Amino acid sequence: MRAAVIVFPGSNCDRDMAVALKNAGADVHMVWHKDTDLPDNLDVVAIPGGFSFGDYLRVGAIAARSPITQSVIAHANRGGYVFGVCNGFQVLTETGLLPGALLRNAGLKYICRHVELTVETTDSAFTNSYAQGQAITIPIAHHDGNYNLDADGVAALEDQDRIAFRYVDNPNGSVADIAGVLSENRRVLGMMPHPERLAEDAHGGTDGRPFFAGLMEQVVGA
Amino acid sequence: MKARVYVMLKNGVLDPQGDAVRHALGALGFDGVNGVRQGKVIELDLDDMGADQAQATVTEMCEKLLANTVIESYKIEIE
Repeated sequence: MRAAVIVFPGSNCDRDMAVALKNAGADVHMVWHKDTDLPDNLDVVAIPGGFSFGDYLRVGAIAARSPITQSVIAHANRGGYVFGVCNGFQVLTETGLLPGALLRNAGLKYICRHVELTVETTDSAFTNSYAQGQAITIPIAHHDGNYNLDADGVAALEDQDRIAFRYVDNPNGSVADIAGVLSENRRVLGMMPHPERLAEDAHGGTDGRPFFAGLMEQVVGA
Repeated sequence: MKARVYVMLKNGVLDPQGDAVRHALGALGFDGVNGVRQGKVIELDLDDMGADQAQATVTEMCEKLLANTVIESYKIEIE
């Protein structure tokens, strides 16, 4: 599996993401935001967490208009796998690849702690190694994780089984407790929690590891 | 020429920051504040291009970058 991790000015989870992908067996390439082309024969693009462009204008807004992001959108439109974690999720909603938007947490505070999630669908490369309804613990660290989508949009996500993860105890005011969503073709995923931060024993837990292992299995097996 | 863009969260989108400002105003003794919505103002210094052209150009800027129309509305003033 060939994977790229996009690095924007202000990205700060890029190396953690690369380590998690490498540990799953991926050949990982770091790609700077000013590059215009992704590496050849790429399977997966990961957009990491952080504060791209200082969160100026809106979270993820400037990164979504970066040169490399146009190539990421093209990769997704060709049916390539793309996932964004935390700021990466914010970037993906700003590109329009995923619906909705991430607003300031309802409690206005930056929240950094482990939260419990439920796996809402196993029908995706990112979630196929979990069990349906499985409760997992994954860390969050964000100020703008309050997922906003109108009622019709939420109903469409539910009808199409595109809610990947839900919070057990909603920390940030997200509509319908949504922590992660899938695109219509199920190959683009955005989530606020950080699976790469709880993916090896030294992290104090491994609930994030199946996310990467399952992705690897699906892509290599395909 | 100048253009001013007002970006606001759409009606119905919860604005926790505006709500926090409303609470703070209440704590300062300002009664009767029923709601606060917080937005942003973006001032653009443009080449002279005529009001119609400026309106069209700034509208395109809003749609492409300055506002996220999923959650925000915008209003443009051209001077």
